[in-house]
Amino acid sequence: MRVSEILQILDARIICGEHRTDYTIDVAFASDLMSDVLTLKNDHVLLITGLANMQTIRTAEMSDINCIVFARNKKASREMIALAEENDIILIECRYSMFKTCGLLYEAGVKPIF
Amino acid sequence: MEHHEFNIEGGDFTRAGYASSQVKKMLKQMGVDVAIIKRTVVAAYEAEVNVVAHAYSGAMYVDINREEVKIELRDQGPGIEDIEQAMQEGYSTASSAVREMGFGAGMGLSNMKKNADELHIESEPGKGTRVVIRMQLNATTGD
Repeated sequence: MRVSEILQILDARIICGEHRTDYTIDVAFASDLMSDVLTLKNDHVLLITGLANMQTIRTAEMSDINCIVFARNKKASREMIALAEENDIILIECRYSMFKTCGLLYEAGVKPIF
Repeated sequence: MEHHEFNIEGGDFTRAGYASSQVKKMLKQMGVDVAIIKRTVVAAYEAEVNVVAHAYSGAMYVDINREEVKIELRDQGPGIEDIEQAMQEGYSTASSAVREMGFGAGMGLSNMKKNADELHIESEPGKGTRVVIRMQLNATTGD
């Protein structure tokens, strides 16, 4: 699924990587536990999380995750956006809860990892 | 063999991952396979987060050439009483502050072991811990 479709389905706002809305994700994973994210081996993963801090971006960097959705109005700081920009990571802010975010994307055909 | 050193500040979660990020940049520049890069930096990052989470201060020492990389982390901190117990998935002594950062679920050491070609941990309780991660690289460029 393309980032542009994700934005539409979640009625969400892209705050980093605005020019890369044609980037495509294969699977999605939802977690606030970064150690769990670091065990993933897939490529083109969408991370859905309620954890908005520098380690969220660092974890994505180490795991080669290029797209993050922050659920439930969690905001990325300026430092987070700068680090995401440096690593070509797309950041999306969404007002829906984790549950609704996951449900809408699942319904639209996004596959889970496990 | 190239040598690099990075200081790691205990408790400074805004900078945690900086050293591992530098290692990733080096490996990318050398044309190392992406799957090997990922395994290397995930192991290094977990180790770096452990220093930030548990120690007062520490450093990452990186020795790298085309064939292999050795990543050594040494810290001054409380050390690990029982390494075997600490290796068990789910075992954690992390503070709530560490858990709020998305870590501290007792997965770090086992994840390091799963990703590293070789992992060596030694610790002196009350003094500190030394972790060595070794990876085969088979890089296409660099020296």
